[in-house]
Amino acid sequence: MNTQPRIVEVRRNVLKHNDQVAAALRRRFEEAGVFVASLVSSPGSGKTAFLEKTLTLLKAKGRRPAAVVGDLATDNDAARLARSDAPVKQITTGTLCHLEAAMVENALEPWTLRDLDFLFIENVGNLVCPSSYDLGENLRLVLLSVTEGEDKPLKYPTIFNSADLAVLTKIDLAEAVEFDRSAARANIQSVRPGMAVLEVSSKTGKGMNEWIELLESKRPR
Amino acid sequence: MHELSIALSILEVAGEEVERRGGPQVEAIHLRVGPLSGVVPEALVSAYELAREATPFAACRLVIEEVPIVVFCPKCEAERSVHSMQDFSCVECGTPAAKLIHGRELEVSAMELIE
Repeated sequence: MNTQPRIVEVRRNVLKHNDQVAAALRRRFEEAGVFVASLVSSPGSGKTAFLEKTLTLLKAKGRRPAAVVGDLATDNDAARLARSDAPVKQITTGTLCHLEAAMVENALEPWTLRDLDFLFIENVGNLVCPSSYDLGENLRLVLLSVTEGEDKPLKYPTIFNSADLAVLTKIDLAEAVEFDRSAARANIQSVRPGMAVLEVSSKTGKGMNEWIELLESKRPR
Repeated sequence: MHELSIALSILEVAGEEVERRGGPQVEAIHLRVGPLSGVVPEALVSAYELAREATPFAACRLVIEEVPIVVFCPKCEAERSVHSMQDFSCVECGTPAAKLIHGRELEVSAMELIE
């Protein structure tokens, strides 16, 4: 027996299983004509408020949105989102700090995707772990509230780099907390050159029309 | 902290490879990790040491190779390094560069087998 180890090339993606489930979801979404956006941010940056407003505005336009929301322990967020009358499904992750594609797949089980125009996936509040996992979404939003400070993108470049659109939330508080918009935008561009940035307030509605128009322009016909 | 899930996935991939190759003993697993993979190598090594206990990989080392970020610079029209994760601009000409070529890797690149 030869005891000298032999090195063999493997070259396999560690998250291949997740990526395969995500790719299958993406195909299903496309076939069903549903546009899917996911939301990541730190806890408390306003994902749920932003999503509730989004669902309500889309419902008012006669669209059929739905949401899947990940949370460690409670269903408080799902209860808030359900006020919009859109179908909402809670995924309780227990101690898991992120959503994986298979969890989204399971959550979608009772729904007929063809009955939806938009699906939103609210990830667990965490700026680290969700960056590794593809969920089959078409657009990944990273939210940053003005109360968190302008340098968040520099502290968490990985998650910002994995996103397609940055949303500055609670913009109505910008003056009160002396939020430096241009510094925040410069930091976002520094970690993810060319990424579009929206400024919104779920409270006053500022910037929400622009966001809804963006969604409408992406909706498959 | 999701390194434990990642460590379990590594063992799953390695286990499949072992089965496919007729059950050789594995001395080491080589992993390529990019800075944008969302995985912290030090944390992953600790998680791996926990995850491998009571498995056929209990004595198997994890060798991590860190992959640098490489982008396609639109001005140089070539693959280039960037200044840092906080500054995605070409080290040669300073142009912001969004198109990522390397840096998100999280792959089992090789295994050392005793046959």
